[in-house]
Amino acid sequence: MKMEREIILIQNILKIVLFIWLVLVIIGAFMYAPTAKGLGEFTRVLYFHVPMAWITVLAFLLSAVYSILYLKKKEIRFDHHAEAANQLGILFAILATVTGSIWAKMAWGSFWNWDPRETSIFILLLIYAAYFALRSAIEQEDRKAALSAVYSILAFVTVPFFIFIVPRIYEGLHPDVVGEVVKASDKKMVMGPRILLVFLSSLAGFTGLFVWMVKMKFDLIKLKLKINELEK
Amino acid sequence: MLKAWLIFKKDLQQEFRTRYAINAILLFSVVTLTAVSFAIGAFSADSDILSALLWIILFFSSMSGLSHIFVREEETHTSDTLKLVSPATSVFIGKLFFNLFLLFALEIITVPLFIAVMNLEVINPSLFILVIFLGSLGLAAGGTMVAAIISKAGAKGALFTILSFPILLPVLISGISATKKAVTEPLISPAASELQALIAYAVVITTASILLFDFVWNE
Repeated sequence: MKMEREIILIQNILKIVLFIWLVLVIIGAFMYAPTAKGLGEFTRVLYFHVPMAWITVLAFLLSAVYSILYLKKKEIRFDHHAEAANQLGILFAILATVTGSIWAKMAWGSFWNWDPRETSIFILLLIYAAYFALRSAIEQEDRKAALSAVYSILAFVTVPFFIFIVPRIYEGLHPDVVGEVVKASDKKMVMGPRILLVFLSSLAGFTGLFVWMVKMKFDLIKLKLKINELEK
Repeated sequence: MLKAWLIFKKDLQQEFRTRYAINAILLFSVVTLTAVSFAIGAFSADSDILSALLWIILFFSSMSGLSHIFVREEETHTSDTLKLVSPATSVFIGKLFFNLFLLFALEIITVPLFIAVMNLEVINPSLFILVIFLGSLGLAAGGTMVAAIISKAGAKGALFTILSFPILLPVLISGISATKKAVTEPLISPAASELQALIAYAVVITTASILLFDFVWNE
């Protein structure tokens, strides 16, 4: 009992830390970080767009992992976990699309250009939509779980094609994000130390937010399954 | 492997008894081809648009017929018997062969017709045929697996296209791009990365499907 109370206390402290952290990130994004060289004020959307896209990928990975776990163990809670990860994933995918679209309008002149990365996020949205369409079409619980898990894995297998092969066929507009962060000396955008600081803390902050959201979802699932058991 | 062959033969016989899937898929492709031809006319479109149109016709025609192979087993309640007589993997391979056969039959009729009606000039025919062949492998592999999922989900008609599209899109993107090159360029080498993508896709999806099929089939 005492242990439990301590865990709740720690969680509450973490929540407050996360809140302050995100507030600092937002203030930092608008006030502290300078704008990138040669680009205007709109580059500040970087601190929100990239973390959203990163979390989308993370959620997608998470749901694939839980789908595999479900097929291996056949425990219904893994299916609920995969669904929860996908629900959060679609939320962040929409946010990444909207912030990216605004950025594209400012930087490239139009909201949508079918750049390879725009294509892949759009496909991701389609996959999520298809996943939920499939789920709503099946009534039986275990059948729904197995089929949507298989679909989720199948979709996950095709993702590398969008990330690695489509950009080779169609010319991209996005700068090379990974190289940019690691080398911090990309030709298109130079990341100064202050930009990098805000960017990385934003990435960490939003990842923390995502972890917290996932945890809430999982707690909810645990309670739901317990209620179902009691009703039986 | 022998069992896969037997299942393929059984499906072929069953198909020629009713000819449902092959009629549906062929007529669908002819209808879309007619619609496209009416809308565009013979001399007004360039090769970029035509190669995209060819793949769109192939994709939607295959969507109209590929799901039949598993839906039929569910409708006639024969899937339980099939489960008893053969392992899941050979069922999948047999069905995959049948869908490939169906796609090739579709292409043998649609592609020459498309070239004739749309007045498409193919500069590199061997690359063109290779692209169509590799693309069919990908379409058949992805389509067969999604068909298996759909048949267990109560065969909701439109769901098949919705589920297939994101999975099959790499085939469409690289297929369209490679077809463009086959139509306009005499050498194979510019299309190398598309061909790699098509081969890799067919291999990856077939492997993943064989691994996953057991979970769908025995559900």
